[in-house]
Amino acid sequence: MSRSYDRALTVFSPDGHLFQVDYALEAVRKGTCAVGVRGKDVVVLGVEKKSVLQLQDPRTIRKTAMIDDHVCLAFAGLTADARILIDKARIECQSHRLTVEDPVTVDYITRHIAGIQQRYTQSGGVRPFGISTLIIGFDANETRPRLYQTEPSGMYSAWKANAIGRSSKTVREFLEKNHKDDMTKDETIKLAIKSLLEVVQTGAKNIEIALMEGHGQVRNLELAEIEKFVEEITKEKEAEAERRRNRLAATAGAQASMS
Amino acid sequence: MECSFGITGKGYTIIASDSNAARSIVKMKTDEDKQKVLSDHLVMTYSGESGDTLQFSEYIERNLRLYGIRNHVELRPRAAASWIRAQIADSLRTRNAYQVNLLLGGFDLPTSEPALYWVDYLGTLATVPFAAHGYGAFFALSTLDRYHRPDMSLEEGLDLLRRCINELKTRFIVDLGTFKVRVVDREGVREVKL
Repeated sequence: MSRSYDRALTVFSPDGHLFQVDYALEAVRKGTCAVGVRGKDVVVLGVEKKSVLQLQDPRTIRKTAMIDDHVCLAFAGLTADARILIDKARIECQSHRLTVEDPVTVDYITRHIAGIQQRYTQSGGVRPFGISTLIIGFDANETRPRLYQTEPSGMYSAWKANAIGRSSKTVREFLEKNHKDDMTKDETIKLAIKSLLEVVQTGAKNIEIALMEGHGQVRNLELAEIEKFVEEITKEKEAEAERRRNRLAATAGAQASMS
Repeated sequence: MECSFGITGKGYTIIASDSNAARSIVKMKTDEDKQKVLSDHLVMTYSGESGDTLQFSEYIERNLRLYGIRNHVELRPRAAASWIRAQIADSLRTRNAYQVNLLLGGFDLPTSEPALYWVDYLGTLATVPFAAHGYGAFFALSTLDRYHRPDMSLEEGLDLLRRCINELKTRFIVDLGTFKVRVVDREGVREVKL
């Protein structure tokens, strides 16, 4: 039945679905996980790095990309599609500077990227982008960090913290439980890493963190820095487990003495 | 009546341009910056038809920035100069060509060599140790010929520039006012006061 609705992208199924867009979302769900967390005056992007093959050059695999000096993007889904979308966004950033002499706002470039993604769901002979993106940045002369998400359908939304890609639901629930408003720099980074560790088993070397502290102030954390945070987190987790064990033992002891 | 200079020395390139914005015989402004910093190690002076210069230089600036962001590495001075020349040459063969004359000063990190390129509105590109555009060239080139050495220190280079500007002060009927000067070396681009 449904096969006839798969042929042309621009045809609705009777229950109001565009199958190709749904499939694109499926590609996103299969992609590596990425999280974005907004703090008081910092914003962090964390991505899960697939471990590279022994003979591969790790520098050629990038999961985050600078769109302009003050906007950074992470994606989940088809890397090849991301490359094209990122390039279009970069051109728009420079073109915007050329026409109005101002850097783009994060809101503007998000809308532009989502606009491109939407266009590919409504024209013939094309397929949608198989990626969701997280976009972070600071607007010029502003101290408020921004975090946006776009989807293959062309939908976009602003977030305090969010995750996309593989097991994003687990990570988002974790973020919902642990996010506080006005987090400090270290708290923000820690929350991003902690939430990623929910789905990344291999630890620090498979995590990449991009940190943005103001308009145009971006850097990737060094492996050693990430390791420090991971160590802190494991220690906390162990302490938590220890406490729980003690509590359990105590209750068991109490029950034994009762009977 | 615009004028710009470029001088290379030991490990640096000096780029200077007058700061007048004039129309016909009227001076509109005396603190115009007729230079663009294109990347960490590349500066360009522009002169010529006033609308064209700005339009063209901004176009160049944004495209070189786009290249940098796309490739995670800036274009080297030689490559940038060739590309800019090609843009002028392409434009020349249209109905409304850009009438811009450029000096490109840079520092090439891989070879640790200073670089200076002279480009005019006809799409001529010349690699030179020192250069001048505008009426200033008639007065200053002989001075530059006489006193320029490739191994000059920065202070000597700036002295040579002062000499050229002084020559204009004494012999040229127009007063060009103050010059905007930038130096490019290993550390990057910085502005200096003469």
